[in-house]
Amino acid sequence: MGAGQISYDVAHLIGATVLMAGLQLLYQRRLFAVINTFAFQALALAAAAGWQAHVQNAPHLYVTAGIALVFKAMIVPFALHWLIEKLGIHRSVETAMSIGWTMMAGVALVALSILLVLPVTANAAALTRESLALAMSVVLIGLLMMITRRNAVTQVVGFMALENGLILAAVSAKGMPLVVEISVAFSVLVAMTLFGIFFFRIRERFDTLDINDVETYRGDRQ
Amino acid sequence: MLIAASLSALVLLSLLAVVAGGREITHRLVHAGCAAASLGLLIGGLTHLGTGPGGSPSIVLPLGLPWMAAHFRLDNLSALFMVVVDLAAVAASVYGIGYCRHLPEVRRVTPFFPLFLFGMNAVLLADDAFMFLVAWEFMSLASWLMVLADHKSAENRHAGMVYLVMAAFGTFCLLTSFGLMAGAGGAYTFTAMRQAELAAVPAFLVVLTAVLGAGSKAGLVPLHVWLPLAHPAAPSHVSALMSGVMTKVALYGLIRILFDLHGEVPWEWGAALMVIGGVSAVLGVLYALFQDDLKRLLAYSTVENVGVAVIGLGLGIAFKDAGEPALAALALVGGLYHIVNHSIFKTLLFFAAGAVISATGERRLSGLGGLLNRMPWTGTAALVGAGAISALPPLNGFVSEWLILQALFKGPGLPHWAMKFGVPVVGAMLALAGALAATCFVRAYGIVFLGRPRSLAAARADLHPTPASMRWTMAVLALLCILLGAIPVTVTDALSAVVQPMTGLHFAVSADLGWPWLSPVSSTRGSYSGTMLVMVGAVLFAVAVVLAHGLGTRGVRRADAWDCGHREDIPETQYTGQSFSQPLRRVFGTSIFLARETVEMPEPGERSPARLSVRMIDPVWVWLYDPISRAINFIADRVNRMQFLTVRGYLLMMFSTLVFMLLVVAWRQQP
Repeated sequence: MGAGQISYDVAHLIGATVLMAGLQLLYQRRLFAVINTFAFQALALAAAAGWQAHVQNAPHLYVTAGIALVFKAMIVPFALHWLIEKLGIHRSVETAMSIGWTMMAGVALVALSILLVLPVTANAAALTRESLALAMSVVLIGLLMMITRRNAVTQVVGFMALENGLILAAVSAKGMPLVVEISVAFSVLVAMTLFGIFFFRIRERFDTLDINDVETYRGDRQ
Repeated sequence: MLIAASLSALVLLSLLAVVAGGREITHRLVHAGCAAASLGLLIGGLTHLGTGPGGSPSIVLPLGLPWMAAHFRLDNLSALFMVVVDLAAVAASVYGIGYCRHLPEVRRVTPFFPLFLFGMNAVLLADDAFMFLVAWEFMSLASWLMVLADHKSAENRHAGMVYLVMAAFGTFCLLTSFGLMAGAGGAYTFTAMRQAELAAVPAFLVVLTAVLGAGSKAGLVPLHVWLPLAHPAAPSHVSALMSGVMTKVALYGLIRILFDLHGEVPWEWGAALMVIGGVSAVLGVLYALFQDDLKRLLAYSTVENVGVAVIGLGLGIAFKDAGEPALAALALVGGLYHIVNHSIFKTLLFFAAGAVISATGERRLSGLGGLLNRMPWTGTAALVGAGAISALPPLNGFVSEWLILQALFKGPGLPHWAMKFGVPVVGAMLALAGALAATCFVRAYGIVFLGRPRSLAAARADLHPTPASMRWTMAVLALLCILLGAIPVTVTDALSAVVQPMTGLHFAVSADLGWPWLSPVSSTRGSYSGTMLVMVGAVLFAVAVVLAHGLGTRGVRRADAWDCGHREDIPETQYTGQSFSQPLRRVFGTSIFLARETVEMPEPGERSPARLSVRMIDPVWVWLYDPISRAINFIADRVNRMQFLTVRGYLLMMFSTLVFMLLVVAWRQQP
C-alpha cells in the first residue's frame, strides 16, 4: 500500500476530526464554546482541503483551504464573538431538545449516512466513499443543530457547519471547479453579514435573540 | 399539405382577430376564414377515408420539447374524427358569420374560436403523447375562455370554475395514462406505446385513468357535472361545437387508447363501460327532461348520447376479448355511427337554440312558444333535428341506435355469465333512454315551437329575422340528418374500414342482402333499409299532403262555440314544460332526484293564486361532489396551519423529509 495507505489514513483522520467537531457542536452549552468549536471545525476543514490539494496534486484546492482558514476559522468566529459581546447576549445555549437526545440523534444520523453512502458508491474509490459518508454526516448534523437550538446565533453556527460538510464533500470528490467553492464561500459571507444585521434589528426591537419570542410578533399572522 | 396549410391558417386567423378585433368586419372575416380552413381539413379527412385503409407515415416536426420532436400522423380513425369535427366546424363558422353580429362580447370570442378548432384538429393528428396533451389543453383552454366570454354573470363564472377544475382533472388522468404507457424509458411516441408490453397493474391503471380522463371531457356520469354548466354559457355556435364535437374528440382519445395504443383490454372493462354508458344515457336524458333552460336541456341530452356511443364501445371491447371480431366490429360501427350522427344533429339543435335566443333573448322554455310560425326555417330544421335525436326512422339517429341494439341482442352469446345477464339490462336501459329522449324532445319542440307564445319577446320573434348564413347552415345540417339516414350502407361501409384495424377483420354490415339493406346479423334476423324507407316515406308524405290539402280543405268549415279552447287567448292555459314532464317526474324524480312537490293554497277569501312548487336535488352533486369539496376544504383548513409554522418548524419538516427519503434509499440498498 505504501504512500497510498498513508494519504488515505491522514485524509480519513482529518475528515473524522471534522465530524467529531460537528458532534461536539451539539454538546456545547455555552455560546463561546460553540463558536470556538466551530472555528476548530473550520480549521480541520482547511487541513482536509490542504491535504487533498497535496494528495491530488490539485493546487486550486489550496485556495479552498485558504478560504476556509481565513473566512471560516477566523473572520466568522471573530465576528460572532464581537456580536455577542456588543449585544450582550445571554451566553448559554437554549435547547429545544435535551443535549443527550440530540447527541443520540446525531449518532443515528452518522449511522444512516454510512449505511446509505457505502452501498451506493460501491464502485468508487475508498477515499471518496469514506469522505462522502463523513461529509454527509456533517451536513445532517448541521441541519440537526439548526432545528434543536433556539438561539439565533446557534442557528447561524448550525448553518455554517452544514456548509462545512458541503465543502468537505466537494474537496474529496475530484474535479469540483474552484468557482463553485468561491461562490459558496462568498454566499456564506453575505449570509453572515445579513444575519449580523438581523441580530441587531431583532435585538433592538425585541430585546432578545430567542427565536420563539420573535415569532409571536409576526405580522402576517391573523 | 392541405391539412397543414389549414391548421396554420387557423393560428393566423386567431392573431388577426387579436390585432384587428376592434372592427366589426374582422369578426365576420375570421369566421369566414375558419369556415374555409375547416373545409380544407374536412376535404383532407374525406380524401384520406376515400383512399382506403392504412395510415400516412408519421410526420416529424422540430416543435415542442428540445429532446422530443412533434409527431403527426393521419390514419383512418383520426380521418373519421376529422370529418366529424370539421363538418361541424364548417357549419359553426358559417353560422358564426351571422351569429356574431348579435353577440355582445364578440371580441372575447373571435380570437379563441380558431384556436379551439386548431386544438381539436391537432388532438386528432397528434402521434405522440406530448403533442396530444398540448393540443388537448389548447382545446380545453380555448373553450374555457369562450365559456367565460360573458364573465359578468356569476353563473358563468361558476361554470368556468367547475369546467376548469374538471378539465384539469381530466388532463391529469390522461397524463398519468400516457405516462404509464410510456414506461420508465419515456417512449412518448404512439408507435412505441403500441409495441410496449404492460404488466397487469399498470395496464389496469392505464385503462382506468384513460376512462376517467377522456370520460370527464366526454361527459360520462358522474363526471358530467361541468358540461350542463359550461356548454350553455358559451355563445351558441361554440356550445354547438363543445357539445357536438369536443365530446367526440374525448371519445376519440378513449378509442385511441383502448383500441390502438393499449390493445388488449379485458372484457371486464367492456362491461364497466357499458354500465357507465347505460347510466349516462338514462340519467342524462332524465336530467334533460326536467330542464327549463333550452341550452342546458341540449347539454344534458349530450350526456345521454355520449352514453349511447360508449355502450357501443364497451360492447366492442367485450366482443373483441371474447374472440368475436365480427360482432365487435358491429358494435363499434354502431358506436361510431352514433358519434357521427350526434355531432350533426346536436350541432343543428344548438344552432336552432341560438337562433331562438338571438331572436327572442329568452332561454327558458316557459318564456317561449309558437315560434314555428314566426321562424319557419329554424322550426323546420329543429323538427328534423329533434326527430333524429329521438331516433325516429328514417333519420340518421335511428340507424345508429338500431345497430347498437342489434349488437346488444347478440350479447347473451358472450361466454361470461355477468355479460349474459348484464347485456340485456344495458339493452333495456338503452331502450328506456331512447323512449325518454323522444319524450324529452317532444316536450322541448312542442313547448318552444308549437302552441302560443308565452312571453312578449317570443310573440315578437319575427321582428328579428334570422340571418341567411344561420338559416342555410341549419337547412344543410337538417338535410345531412336525412341523408345519413337514407344511405346507411354507404356510411357503415366507410366505418367498417375505420374499424378494421381495431378488430382485425373486414366486416360488411350489408353482407347478406347487399345495398341498400343493412343486415348486420343475418339476412333473416333484422334488416333495415333507410333508403327504401325514405323513398316510401316521401311518397306517402306527398300523397298525404295532396289528400289533406286537396280534399280536406275543400268542404265548408265553420268554427266557433268552444273554438278548440282558443276563445280567450290566455297562454297560461297551455301545457308548460313543467306540466308536460310531471308524470315522469313523479315516476323517476321522487326516487332519483328526491323531488318534493309542495302546494300553497291561499286562505279562503284571498285573491292570490295557489302555487305548486317542486324542489329537486341533483344526486351527483349531493352525494359525490359536495362531500369531495367538503373534504378538500377540511384538508385545506388543516394544511393552512402550515403557513404559520416557526422557522424551526419548517426546518424540522425539511429535515424529517430528507431523513425519511434517505432511510428509504438505505432500505432499498439492502440486498
